[in-house]
Amino acid sequence: MSRISPEDVKRTAALARLSLSDDEMESMTRDLDRILEHADQLKALDTEGIEPTAHAIPLRTPLRVDRAAPAIDPEQALLNAPLREGTAFAVPKVIDGEGE
Amino acid sequence: MDSLTSQRAGLESGEFSSVELVEATLSRAEAEGRTLGAVVGLRGESALSEAAASDSRLRAGEARSPLEGTPFLLKDNMVMQGEPTTCASKILEPFISPYEGAMAEKLRAAGAIVIGRTNMDEFAMGSSTENSIFGPSHNPWDPTRTCGGSSGGAAAVVAAGVTGYALGSDTGGSIRQPASFCGVVGMKPTYGRVSRFGLVAFASSLDQIGPMTRTARECAWVLEAISGHDERDSTSIPEPAPRLESALDGDVSGLRIGLPKEYFVEGGTDPEVLARVHAGIKELESAGAKIVEVSLPHTEYVVATYYLVATAEASSNLARYDGARYGRRAEGVQDLDEMYRRSRSEGFGDEVKRRILLGTYVLSAGYFDAYYRKAQQVRTLVRNDFQKAFDTCDLIAGPTYPETAFGLGAKVDDPVSMYLGDIFTVSANLAGLPAISIPCGFAEGRPVGLQLLGPALGEAGLLRAADAFQRRTDFHEKRPVLDGISERIQELEKAR
Repeated sequence: MSRISPEDVKRTAALARLSLSDDEMESMTRDLDRILEHADQLKALDTEGIEPTAHAIPLRTPLRVDRAAPAIDPEQALLNAPLREGTAFAVPKVIDGEGE
Repeated sequence: MDSLTSQRAGLESGEFSSVELVEATLSRAEAEGRTLGAVVGLRGESALSEAAASDSRLRAGEARSPLEGTPFLLKDNMVMQGEPTTCASKILEPFISPYEGAMAEKLRAAGAIVIGRTNMDEFAMGSSTENSIFGPSHNPWDPTRTCGGSSGGAAAVVAAGVTGYALGSDTGGSIRQPASFCGVVGMKPTYGRVSRFGLVAFASSLDQIGPMTRTARECAWVLEAISGHDERDSTSIPEPAPRLESALDGDVSGLRIGLPKEYFVEGGTDPEVLARVHAGIKELESAGAKIVEVSLPHTEYVVATYYLVATAEASSNLARYDGARYGRRAEGVQDLDEMYRRSRSEGFGDEVKRRILLGTYVLSAGYFDAYYRKAQQVRTLVRNDFQKAFDTCDLIAGPTYPETAFGLGAKVDDPVSMYLGDIFTVSANLAGLPAISIPCGFAEGRPVGLQLLGPALGEAGLLRAADAFQRRTDFHEKRPVLDGISERIQELEKAR
């Protein structure tokens, strides 16, 4: 029995903003199914009442003194921009509006 | 002068200058480093001018640290201001870091010279340094085999004597397994010991940076230089850098070494590897250590647990690559969603996509409890196993990896078999513990690694045992034969 269907993979790819070719869909579905098959062995373990661990070392949110310090210069921050306009990152239009 | 020890001695005595050392290193990096596919970027001119400044300090008796004037390489997932960082990914190919990461900052402040970057699996996802836009790295001991991964380039440059040390990162074994494959020392420190500021995130609760060297003593020098609290990494442990070299007194008498029975089961590990590991443990026993049997009963579940936790965190961390602010943006996109989808789909390789999909799936509605939460609960059980084991022993020993370096291409189409090899390494990441791999012999001419695991903040104890082992053995002094390797690799590339 397969654990994950091509529809599941398609839905997951949409959530992850990935487009898969037909070949990729097929190979990813097969690979994910095999990985989940291996992961299913965890179901044999009784974990009732076990606290989940998100971080191995107990952490408290550390606090530091709130002081003014120089932040990254806008020109430097924009050095890697694929496309820029003035001091902003330019992206395709999100909302249609006047001046179209 | 291919080890950090000999380089330090030569610089301190004035036998050679840092400029001479960096020049020689750059030419080895261009030759052996590039040929092996281990070096992916060099900053020759800048490195030489920094070496000249270092020479002035050395002559004036103003060395900043024991690493003054020594060259090393960053893994290509650690940023340095004004330099590229690609993570061996197409999506970060155009990236130049606008800021200085903690590793470049700390080691440059210590007088060390960054000469360039090493190859890796894309975003550190892999165990063979084959998932790379630069092509695979070859094992210096046998170029038909992988050098492990994901810090394969770093292990290869140290093994081939290109540099005396390199930095790796380890999310599930990515320092220790390549160290084992290439016959060098590789350490993953306690989670939070070394700042992750400027390390490109893969799985934030598991990632840790560590040194790759020839000896435990050299590992101690580098770890002293890179560890310590950093308020820019909120998971950094608020402890000063530990004093490590003073712990290396060669004395392991009375040290209790735990052997988990689950690490020595018949049929799991290559018998030759097991024999070398047993012999290594015997060596420590004859130096005065006591062997005790311990149990890590959840060992058979650690790989599944690790791949659920790591991919979930990765799917979240890699959401930032959207083509908007940095990295590669797909051409000719009409709208925002298309920009995201095409930039990501064209920019990520297969293994990264596979892991993003798995992580997204296990975090999605309906599967979160069954997979992700379940894995986090088993992570608690794995931590408890170690806590209990350390009640009766001081450190744990076993193989680093179930086999020696496997062939290039052998597992690249079979992700599950690639993942299963991580059975001995992922636990240290899940439990946040320090662990080291040291060379303990050869099987069919290929290096075997002995792994030692310690309790949290137990780096000094691990290094003491590793150093005591190296005082009694000479595996770390063996060198691969590199004559004719360039021709052999050219033939291999042609045949592919």
